[in-house]
Amino acid sequence: MKSSDVILQTATKVVFFLIFLFAIHIFFAGHYTPGGGFVGGLLTASAIVLLLLAFDLKTVSRALPFNYTIMIAIGLLLALGTASASILFDVPFFTHAYDYFDLPLFGETSLHSAMLFDLGVYLVVVGATMNIILTIGSDD
Amino acid sequence: MTSVLLLFAPVAAALLIPLLANRVRGIHTGWFVLAVPVLLFIYYLGFLPQVKNGGVHIGELSWIPSYGISLTSYIDGLSLLFSLLITGIGALVVLYSIFYLDKTKERLGNFYVYLLMFMTAMLGVVQSDNMIALYGFWELTSISSFLLIGYWYTRDRSRFGALKSMMITVFGGLMMLGGFVLLYLMGGTFSVRELISMALELAEHSLFTWALVLILLGAFTKSAQFPFYIWLPDAMEAPTPVSAYLHSATMVKAGLYLVARFTPIFAASEVWVWLVTSIGVLTLFWGSFFAVKQTDLKGILAFSTVSQLGLIMSMLGAAAAAFHVEGAAETMFKYAGFAAIFHLVNHAAFKGSLFMIAGIVDHETGTRDIRKLGGLMALMPVTFTIALIGSLSMAGLPPFGGFLSKELFLTGMLSLGELDLFAPASWGTVLLIAAWIASVFTFIYSFYFVFRTFTGKHKPDLLPKSAHEAPAGMLVSPAVLGMIVVAIFFVPNLIGDWIVKPAVAAVQPFMYGSPSDVDVHVAAWHGHITPELMMTIGIVIAGLALFSLLPKWQGLYRVFPEHLTLNKLYDSTMVFAESGMNRLSRSYMDGLIRSYLIYMFLGIFIIGLGSLIAKDALVISFEGTAPIGPVEVGLLLVLVAATATTLVARKRLTAIISLGAVGYTVALLFVVFKAPDLALTQLVIETVSVALFLLAFYHLPKMSRHDEKRKFRIGNAIIAASVGLLMSLLAMSSVSQRALPSISEFYKETVYSEAGGGNIVNVILVDYRGFDTFFEIAVLSIAAIGIIAMIRLRLTRKGDGHEKQ
Repeated sequence: MKSSDVILQTATKVVFFLIFLFAIHIFFAGHYTPGGGFVGGLLTASAIVLLLLAFDLKTVSRALPFNYTIMIAIGLLLALGTASASILFDVPFFTHAYDYFDLPLFGETSLHSAMLFDLGVYLVVVGATMNIILTIGSDD
Repeated sequence: MTSVLLLFAPVAAALLIPLLANRVRGIHTGWFVLAVPVLLFIYYLGFLPQVKNGGVHIGELSWIPSYGISLTSYIDGLSLLFSLLITGIGALVVLYSIFYLDKTKERLGNFYVYLLMFMTAMLGVVQSDNMIALYGFWELTSISSFLLIGYWYTRDRSRFGALKSMMITVFGGLMMLGGFVLLYLMGGTFSVRELISMALELAEHSLFTWALVLILLGAFTKSAQFPFYIWLPDAMEAPTPVSAYLHSATMVKAGLYLVARFTPIFAASEVWVWLVTSIGVLTLFWGSFFAVKQTDLKGILAFSTVSQLGLIMSMLGAAAAAFHVEGAAETMFKYAGFAAIFHLVNHAAFKGSLFMIAGIVDHETGTRDIRKLGGLMALMPVTFTIALIGSLSMAGLPPFGGFLSKELFLTGMLSLGELDLFAPASWGTVLLIAAWIASVFTFIYSFYFVFRTFTGKHKPDLLPKSAHEAPAGMLVSPAVLGMIVVAIFFVPNLIGDWIVKPAVAAVQPFMYGSPSDVDVHVAAWHGHITPELMMTIGIVIAGLALFSLLPKWQGLYRVFPEHLTLNKLYDSTMVFAESGMNRLSRSYMDGLIRSYLIYMFLGIFIIGLGSLIAKDALVISFEGTAPIGPVEVGLLLVLVAATATTLVARKRLTAIISLGAVGYTVALLFVVFKAPDLALTQLVIETVSVALFLLAFYHLPKMSRHDEKRKFRIGNAIIAASVGLLMSLLAMSSVSQRALPSISEFYKETVYSEAGGGNIVNVILVDYRGFDTFFEIAVLSIAAIGIIAMIRLRLTRKGDGHEKQ
């Protein structure tokens, strides 16, 4: 623990959630406005990197106990699963489906299977970036 | 069909040999092998009556029908003659080898497997009508002869000789294949018979001469013609039965066979007549001249074989010349073809026996060096008798077969002298004189061979073994061949009618319709003094005179400098091929990535600019381009400045930061050009990669870390500038000549209605072309896993054994 980094750590505690929320926003907004899984994933990763800068590796891995390698695999599976789900409905590989639903609390919302694919992209990007940074960072 | 399968009988028998050689140790393996050529010989004898009357036998077995490739057995006069030689002499050689090769000390299994392989290959060569099958068998003779020459593979000289013969004959074989392919392109068939039937049309074709030269290269290399004869003397490292079989009677005659077989096709060309005749006479002269220089018995025989093959070759040339002569069948020209085939038979007989004699002398005295031998006549009377018969036949003296063929040869040469086909009319006379001198030398080396070995003073202290007569079994084969040599003299027309005439009819179908049309009667004495006889008498007188003075002028050969010989040329070619090519590849494969990048960029520049110019694609127009605003200009200025800073930066840190500046400026350009997604991604990615660059910079090793300005290399600058120029030209040209409108209109129209989205970029990424995105995230995953693997798995670095590779 770096005891002299009080300001940085305090600021980080606030800023982390701001960045994270912005990343989530960018991710969900991707289908209609600039953004998407790739930028969203990178931003999420940079939020975690900020945590890493303010705290140390151990603390962060305790706070966010993710195995980023498995995250990559989940992301890939999700992307591939979304793409191949269309085969079950007798349409070509990679055909997306979407419709508008009236959800409680959200009102009328469009749900698009491309979002699941984008989620796969998001997870892979977060996993890969974190893997690279953590591996290089923890190397001595 | 049966006859095709019988071609493979020797190889099939060879499959059983390892079993016999290992199981039945008491009996020499050769006895089992002997049955194969004997039975085949009897089988081929059965074709004699049919072929004598001009009949042919055709067996066919489809191999690759879609390409018109089949295995054939086409037995006419010519192939029957060769088949009888191959099986007949094959049988005698196998018999001889039984006594020559020791059954306990030698690897007999190998020997007989190679020998039977060779037999099949040779039979296939002479009976194949299909050129591709012919080529296949042809290469098989090269391979099996390579194995046989290198039979004693622990000796350096054997391996050298085997490699040399392989290189030369395979070179020729490949050339020949080229000739065959050209013939196929011209005639549309691989069948020699069908090509012969359209010979006159083929002669008009522009590729005709090419095919001719290529096929002749194959024939000349195999038949050891000048200048390709050099492999034959080195092939004498083979066991003597092999030399007797391959290098006198069969394989070296494959080239002659090829020339004879293709004479009906190529005789129409004067180039063919020219080349075959001149090279033949040159080889005849050269070989006989250098035979006298040799001190090794087999060396003499090798050069003698070269010379005799040249003789036959020149006669085949004269036989082709007959095509150009009006009514050749009534003139002296009818003798050439007959002389070639007749001498071919004679040569196979006496040269086979002489090789076996050389083997016997070697076997019984322990040396083949003629300087150590002498006075063996009393010790080895039978051997001497056979050697004398063979040598005198070789010299062309009566009462042996060689006399008759020499007379016919001289007749053929005389006929060439009358031919006005040769550009300077006197050229034919030059050939005649050369042939006469060569015959004198033939006489000398024949005497040299037999009398230096068997007469004179016996030198027992020089011999590794005490000389004595060979065992009877070893003498059988040479004795049989010697008897044939004598028999040919006394009943030449028997062999002439049954064997030679059908072959001549096959070689010269443009002259003779059937074997019975061949109007040549051989006689030892024609009843009057002919010019040929006068020439022979001249040969004998000159030969005897020169032979008796031999010690006085043999030193002449030492005058010829060693480094001008063809062997030296071959050696230096091989050295060049090996070390020269090595040096060449090392000169550009220097292991520096810098050099390879230079090659690549130069290649890109040359190919790119070349195709731009060659295809007339260099068009630059500014029509329809967008206006340039002050913001773009400003950003570009920053971009150029940052790029220039990266190039000239003294410190790495400066370069990394200016590279970051380039990246952010590009992101700003994306903003200006209205690409928010790209701008976002570019900003984040640039940040991450600059951070990684800094990381790499920080971890540079301390020792060699010096902030030094990179050296300026003018070459690099030129290459960089030219690649930049090329890319600019390419970009401008492609923008100027846009052939089709963009597909983006479709996306604009359907992004909401079909895909249910608003952000075209993202919808393209995840929907229209989600496939790409899927594999891009796969790439990202692989990169991440690769980094983990590189950093975490350092197994090799710990053990020092792996590092020193």
